[in-house]
Amino acid sequence: MAEPLSPLGDAWRPGSHGNFRDGTGVTLTETRPGSIVQVTAWPDTDDAVRAAIRDSVTLDLPAMPGSGVAGEALSGFGIGPGRYLLAGSTEGLETKLRAAIAPETGAVTDLSHGRAAFRIQGESAEWVLSKLFALDFAEAAFPLGHGRATQHHHDITALIQRTAPDGFDLYFFRSFARSFWHALCRACEDVGYEVR
Amino acid sequence: MLIPCPYCGPRDVGEFTYQGDANRVRPALDAPRAEWETFVYERVNTAGPHREHWQHSGGCRAHLTVVRDTLTHHVLSAEFVRPGPVAKAGS
Ligand SMILES: [Zn+2]
Repeated sequence: MAEPLSPLGDAWRPGSHGNFRDGTGVTLTETRPGSIVQVTAWPDTDDAVRAAIRDSVTLDLPAMPGSGVAGEALSGFGIGPGRYLLAGSTEGLETKLRAAIAPETGAVTDLSHGRAAFRIQGESAEWVLSKLFALDFAEAAFPLGHGRATQHHHDITALIQRTAPDGFDLYFFRSFARSFWHALCRACEDVGYEVR
Repeated sequence: MLIPCPYCGPRDVGEFTYQGDANRVRPALDAPRAEWETFVYERVNTAGPHREHWQHSGGCRAHLTVVRDTLTHHVLSAEFVRPGPVAKAGS
């Protein structure tokens, strides 16, 4: 396996930053999934695509828009009508999905090298993300496992999944990852943050 | 201005791209020139509820038919242009 390279470069500065005198409000990590894959159904194959995902990689995605499942090894959520983003800790997810989803059923797109994934976790995660995205991050409006497709400051596509009661995973275009990482770190300064 | 996307729920208008007047019907390719002129240039210029197309380009990317009051920017309805997808509960 090739050595994965972070798009963050020098911007990756492990340790505590910002106003952390009384503890850090959030922890930031780069999750580095081995696989990031988009699966798209045709207008009449949404049920078949979700069944194929369930049978091939044992991820049981609900039909409800924006819902999903968050797991340690594999996560997935709806990002649009008949479209799902799946991320797994190991490589090879695309191969398994492609074997299970014929072109008549849907399209499988490997995005593993095209996206970067960050995790923000801690008691201030909702507060920090509310500065960056025009979304309601309260757990009642954005439950565990659910995902959202939105934009960072009305510009760059961001896909966000709640992966813990106090944590979210964010998927960005890899070429914008460092720029967003800077913005994310600045937004965390008032609550104090640890990069690890 | 918020548009209640049937997939994503209410979102800021900045996430959407205007795709034009939805009242017009595209003429046949061999339709007379006058019909094409009407299609390309003439607008009803509604003062009130207006049917228009929007794409949720900064979200689920679905194309929507939206009825917007041009006097108030109040959005009266938003639905998928192509029927079929499951809509979010309550939207
Ligand atoms: Zn949408």
